[in-house]
This record gives sequence, structure tokens and C-alpha cells, in this order.
Amino acid sequence: MDRTDIGNPDYFHKVVDCQWACPAHTPVPEYIRLVAAGRYGDAYMINWYSNVFPGILGRTCDRPCEPACRRGRVEDEPVAICRLKRVAADFKGDIRKRLPTGAKKKNGKRIACIGAGPASLTVACDLLPLGYEVVIYDGEDRAGGMIRSQIPKFRLPERVIDEEVGYILELGVEFRGNTWVESLKDILAEDYDAVFVGTGAPRGRDLNIPGREEASRNIHIGIDWLSSVSFGHIEKIGKRVIVLGGGNTAMDCCRSSRRLGGKDVKVVVRSGFDEMKASPWEKEDAMHEDIPILNFLVPKEFNHVKGKLKGMTFEKVEAKYDDTGRRSLIPTGEPDEYIEADDVLVAVGQENSFPWIERDIGLEFNEWDMPVVDKVSYQSTIQNVFFGGDAAFGPENIIWAVAHGHDAAISIDKYCHGEDVSVRPPPRVDFSSQKMGIHEWSYDNDISNDLRYKVPLKDLRNALANIKVEVELGYDQNLAVAEAERCLNCDIQTVFDHNLCIECDACEDICPTDCINFTANGDEADLRTRLHAPSENLDQDLYVSPDLKTLRVMVKDEDMCLHCGLCAERCPTGAWDMQKFLLDVEHAGPKCRDPKRPSKAA
Amino acid sequence: MTYIAKPKLAHPGIPTNELGYTRRYYEGAVSTLCAGCGHDSISAGIVQAFFELNIEPHRVAKLSGIGCSSKTPTYFLGSSHGLNSVHGRMPSVLTGANLANRELIYLGVSGDGDSASIGLGQFAHCLRRGVNMVYIVENNGVYGLTKGQFSATADKGSKSKRGITNADSNIDMVGLALQLGATFVARSFSGDKAQLVPLLKAAVEHKGAAFIDVISPCVAFNNHAGSTKSYDYVREHNEVLNQLDFMPRREPITADYEAGEVEEIRQHDGQVLRLRKVSKDYDPHDRIAAMNILQARAAEGEIVTGLIYFDREAEDLHSNLNTVEFPLNTLGEEELCPGSAALDLFNADLQ
Repeated sequence: MDRTDIGNPDYFHKVVDCQWACPAHTPVPEYIRLVAAGRYGDAYMINWYSNVFPGILGRTCDRPCEPACRRGRVEDEPVAICRLKRVAADFKGDIRKRLPTGAKKKNGKRIACIGAGPASLTVACDLLPLGYEVVIYDGEDRAGGMIRSQIPKFRLPERVIDEEVGYILELGVEFRGNTWVESLKDILAEDYDAVFVGTGAPRGRDLNIPGREEASRNIHIGIDWLSSVSFGHIEKIGKRVIVLGGGNTAMDCCRSSRRLGGKDVKVVVRSGFDEMKASPWEKEDAMHEDIPILNFLVPKEFNHVKGKLKGMTFEKVEAKYDDTGRRSLIPTGEPDEYIEADDVLVAVGQENSFPWIERDIGLEFNEWDMPVVDKVSYQSTIQNVFFGGDAAFGPENIIWAVAHGHDAAISIDKYCHGEDVSVRPPPRVDFSSQKMGIHEWSYDNDISNDLRYKVPLKDLRNALANIKVEVELGYDQNLAVAEAERCLNCDIQTVFDHNLCIECDACEDICPTDCINFTANGDEADLRTRLHAPSENLDQDLYVSPDLKTLRVMVKDEDMCLHCGLCAERCPTGAWDMQKFLLDVEHAGPKCRDPKRPSKAA
Repeated sequence: MTYIAKPKLAHPGIPTNELGYTRRYYEGAVSTLCAGCGHDSISAGIVQAFFELNIEPHRVAKLSGIGCSSKTPTYFLGSSHGLNSVHGRMPSVLTGANLANRELIYLGVSGDGDSASIGLGQFAHCLRRGVNMVYIVENNGVYGLTKGQFSATADKGSKSKRGITNADSNIDMVGLALQLGATFVARSFSGDKAQLVPLLKAAVEHKGAAFIDVISPCVAFNNHAGSTKSYDYVREHNEVLNQLDFMPRREPITADYEAGEVEEIRQHDGQVLRLRKVSKDYDPHDRIAAMNILQARAAEGEIVTGLIYFDREAEDLHSNLNTVEFPLNTLGEEELCPGSAALDLFNADLQ
């Protein structure tokens, strides 16, 4: 193999699995260390810079980082990255002085954001300090979008939303609530330099089977029902509730039902338990609240007597896989299952909906009736209209909306300065040696053997009594430190200088996970068969040095590295060094623009 | 040295041996030697060898004297028996232990100071007697704990870190071992575990006095230009006689080497050593030839490594002394106090 180019920011970025997996590339290990050090405010600010809503995401994020976490490969479970983010938010104190302020001098550019969800708010957050005027339109009277309307308050208290949405509004957003945008054409006719569409995926999919219309009084679309609950329009539900669907919305529906009078609440899913779209922890939370999840049942009919819902009939199926591995659900032939119900919540998916965008204004839609949006710049086929969040590529999670918002803000800023939006800024990368003394590092390299700590919960009886009572109590400071210590500090990189190596094998001998090898070079497939430990995770790179004195190379499989620094401690010549790799994604502003080009706006 | 203990977390995919242990089970406490010390590589080699031999750690006694090398038994086989004895007195302690319990595997770990200076006499007699053991000398040619004076194995004419030339003749431990009657004699290099580990395994399986001289660079005091025990010097002057492959008992022997290139050596317990000859006309069963080649290559400044001598008919101290077959701690009152009838018989024999 060729020597590894560690100058490429992607190489070490990939080693920080959590940060690489996070759409907003939050520097996770950095904030976890700060949490461990009790520097909650600093930890919060690192998060805030990357993902804008640490308190909200610390409770609701879909956590793409956790399945990626190296700890989950070395032992059973990943670090509780998400809930440590909440810890930073819970204990941060007053950080208002550290937030940016709206620009005193405006740059004369006006941006409209349609929808006041996380994507639009992120765009506003990035552009306001640069001097833009940002107008956000939303049909509700308060900003927050789906964060406010769809996430139950027992998972995300209102005060957290108010606080973090407030930080952005206070930058000087012109918020036009209760204003339902009916026409993109009209918006474009106004005096805006660019328009950002962050309208989400607002339409819940329905289920058109017999009895749907007749019994409609007790059949509700999941996301609509959740927002009615959120805004206090619905306060009760029947005793027996069926929730249809296997995603996170279904989990929110069933848990909300338990708090509004549902005693016998069941989730019924077409597919098997493992194939359900809901995050494993959300399924766990639902089951903890005595909600059974019934699998392999396909809805057949809403049963009613004169329009009064009595129950539902389901066909029993099993999963069969064809040669290509494609799954189909085949009826088992067993008798249908009948489940009694007073109410049914349909949470079988949600869709985009753009009835307000005229199809004759030059904005192209694709075959699925989705706007054509560039994956990098988020630009639509109208040059000054950008999309982000669920509106761009279909339903995702808050953290994706934030990432889209940051990227779209860069595009808008570049567009407004007459620059090519396809030219993207490189990330900011910084290396710093962690060596403090012969055996001293400026990070805690002694790895905790603790297993993942459970987040304390409110006792079930009290939790179910009030839909506004937050069910998770969050880690206290002691638990937070203990959990934070489980982090392997994957951003503290093992950097190898082949010129200094004397091939004493000390690093190879001490490595607790047998990552380091000195061997003859070969192509990657061959090398992977010749390493000390099985090297089967092809997603993880091999770090290969140039030829050493004995014509061997150093090969390190990054997969299981604990970043304990013992290789560097045992190295007599300093050929190994532990260097902190800090990667910050650049956000909209002068640094993203072409330095050679005189700014048009200036 | 290192301040933190080696993390307990291991690669989840590492293999286990026939006993169900991973290699990590054979480790000891984390080393307190200098970073890059050759001795740590030897410890890693010992861990690997015992793991591969499927030996239960509690069947091993590791004994040492005093010195950097003698500290190392703490850093491997953490679940084995062992003690640091008096400086240079490990061979006697080991002999005594071996006489008391012949069923344990004895690992004598020593250095050039411990064995070639203060303990030279002990070293000699232990080998002479054919104690069943593996005697390892971790040889760096320097007194590391007292900051870098020449040891008795430092080559004449080699230079110390401070630039002083050694005027004294050196003691060649391998030459001595051959002369004193060790029945398994090898030399290796801490920087070459591919060679060292099979030699260690063969030595453990050998019934008799096995001696391995392992050149082990002292990174702190003897790894400079002018040293003859530095990583660079040993790599440049290493003359490998042969390469030992250790075949597990159950694997069928399928030789695909040219005739005369490989010798298969069946051990007393059925294991097979496969010796690939690098130097074709070298016969490791000829003790006199071994002494000759050692001297001849040394005169040319080369360091001979590999399996230097191997006695197929080796016998050990117990068979020479015709001792009781079982460890002394297993003998009960009946065996130790057989009664007056037995005494009468014994006395009658002496009349």
C-alpha cells in the first residue's frame, strides 16, 4: 500500500467515528472531555457552534454518532454521546454573553426563510451575525417547527425549546408567525436576495383500508395528532389504543397515549421487530411503559359499528427473502387477528408536500414530486432558492436539518457575494501534541472499564400521570463524569514519524488491542490477512508508513485503537506522538468566500 | 516506564488457545523498564510462546536474580509462580525448586550482569547438572541500573555511550553454555520475534538444560554507534544459522522443502520441531562444530543466531539422580514414613 496521507483532513476525521458520522461534524470527544472536566459551558458552546440546539438534540437526536462509536466495537455499548450533550446543556449556567450578537451594521441583503424549523433557524443563526436581514415565515405563532409541534413534551420540555430557539430569534430574526405562505411566486416577487425553504415533511401518510372513512372520528394521523397534543388541542384518548407503524413517530404516539388516558396501548407493525425504523432506545422506552409491540401484522380493516370504531383486523404475515435478499411479507394463512380499540393512531410515514410552490416558475421537480436540489450546495433550479431539512430530500432528523442549514447558509452567503456555490470551503484542521511530560498527557488516557450508564428515569407512575413531565431525569454530574470517562478520545490521534522509528517493537508489544504491526508491505487485501489481530472491518482504514530501515512498514489498523497512548509512552524516540486533531467545519462567512475575489457586497 | 496499567479492553477478535485463554491472559503487570527496552520484547515473546503452547500459567515457575532483566518476570505470566532471588543466585534457587517439584515448568530469567558477573559460578553449575529448565539471558552488554558501565559480555573494543572503549575481553555466554554441557543452546535477538518465539517454545519443550542468549539492546545506555549490542549493529551483523518452525502436535507434517534443507525433530512429548537450515552445511547436533562456527564468526564480527546446538538424547538432573517420580509435596505419610519393615530392609541392604 502507499503511505497514508495524513495531511488529508478526511483521514484522521474518519478515525473520529462519532464526528465523522455526525451530519454536523460535532467535535464529540472534545466536548465529552470538557463535560468530564466540569466545563459545561465550554462543552455547550462547542456543541452550539456545530449543532445549534444542544439541549434539544441532547434529548431527541437520532444519534448517528452512537452506532458509529468505537467503544461499541471494543465492548458492548457506545458512549452515551447524546445524553452527555444534554448534560452540557443542563449544567452550562448562563452562556448568553458567549453567543454571537446580531450585526450592528447590516450588509443590505435580505433573506426569507419559509418554515421556522431547525433548518431555517440554523440558516438565520449563521447569516444574522454577518449582517443579513432574515425574515422567517411560519404558520404557527411560535418558532420551532416540528421540534415544537411533534416532539412530545415529556421528551423535550417547552422551556428547552424556548431557550434555544430564543437564542436565535434574539439575533434579530424578523419572525412572521401565523403566516402561512401560500405562494413561492409571491415571496420571490418581494425584495429578497435569496429564499430558503425549510418547510419539513408535514404530511402524515394515511391508510386507506375498509372502514377508514366510516370510523374516521377515532382514527388519527400520527403527526397531526401529536401536534394537536403539543398545542393542547387534544387532552384525552380512549382506553384501548392501537398505534400503527414502527418508526419514532409511532413510539411518540404510543407513549403520548399512555399519558392521555390510554391504558391498553399496543403498537402494531407490519415488519419484524428488528427491521422497525424506530431507534432501538425509543422502542425500549415504549416497552418500559408497558406498551407491547406486535410484529408481522398487516392492517386489513377498521372494524366499526355504525361509524363507531370497535377494533381492527390484521392479517398475519411472515418475512420471506428472495435470492437478491429482497424481503416480502407473505400471509401465513393463519386466521386473522382482531384487536379491540377505542382509538387508532396512524403513524406509517410522512411525506413532503409543496402545494404552495407553483410549477411554472422554473423550479424543477423530480419524478417523486420532490424539488431538484443540489446535494452539496442545497441550491434549487432557481438560483436564489435553497432548500434544507426534510424539505430537501425527505424526512430525516433534526441533526440533518441543522447540517443542511449550515451548508445552505454558506451557499446563500456565497451566492449573495456573486460566488460559485459549488466551491466549498475546506474544514479547519488543527493538530496539537498532547505530550506534557515523559508519561504525562494533557488528556486522560487511562481507559475506564465501566459499562454504559443508564440515564435515570422518573418513576413510571409519576411519569405517566402528566404528559408535560420530562421522563428522563438526565445524568447527574457524577454519572456524567463516569460516562464521559468511557470515551476513548478518538480525536487524540496516533501520529507516526517513520524517520524516528528504530523498530524496537515496543509499541507493537504494548498495544492492548494489537493494532500495530511491523511487516512487509503488500496490497490492502493481503496486508489485512497478515496483521496480529483480525482486520475485517473494511470501513476502517489501515495507517501505513513509508519503508523503514529493515524495509518493513508500520501498519496500524485503526479499527480497535483505544487511543490510550501507550504506543507513544513506550516509544523511546518519540516516533509516535499523540496529537489532538480538531476539525471544525467552516460556517458561512468571509472565510468561506474566495479570498482572491474582491467582495461585491463590500 | 508507563504510569497507567495496560487497558483491560482487548480486540474482541483475538484468538483463544486450546485452553480458552487469549494471549492477554499470559501478560503480567505493565513494564516499568525504559521505553523501547529490548527486554520488553522478550517478555512479549514469552507471553506469545506460552500462549501458543497452551500451557496453564499456574504450571510455570519463573525465577530471576537482580537487574533490569530480572525485573521482567513481573511483566509476563502474571498468574504463574515466581520470585526474585538474590543477585546471581537464581540458578541455585531454581535447582532447589526443580528438585522439590519436578512437574512445574522452570523459567530462569537473568541478565548479563546477573549471570556473567556475580552469578557466573551458579550459571555454570546449573547447566552442568542438566537442570530441566529454560535459562534465558537477556543480554545487553551494559549495566543499565547503574547507568551504563560495561558488563562482562560487552565486546572488547566496543564503545560506551560516553565514548570509552572497552579494554576487557568479553564472556560469550553461548560458548560457555556449550562447553558446560547445556543440551539446548540458542541465540536470538529481541528485535526478531519470528525467530525468538519458536526457539522459546522449543526450549520449553526440551527436557534438560536449555539456554537461550537473547541480545536485547539497552535503549538508554547501549544503543549508540560504537556499541555492538544496538538495534542497528545486531541487525547488520546477524548471521542466522537456521529458522525453527514449531509444529503443533495435531497438524500433519507436510514438508515442501528441498531435501537437506529441513530437519524434523520429534520431541519427547510428540511435538515436532521443523528446522529450516539457512546455512546448509551446519549441523546443530554437532557440539564441536557449533563451538567452531561460533568462534569463527565472532572473529569476523558476526553474531550467530538460531538453534546452535541441540542434543537429541538429553537427560536431566532427576534422571541422573534417580529421584522420586513425583513432586515432594504430593508425598504422603505412607511414602515418607514407610514403617520399620521398610527400614529393616533398607538397613539390611547397607550391611
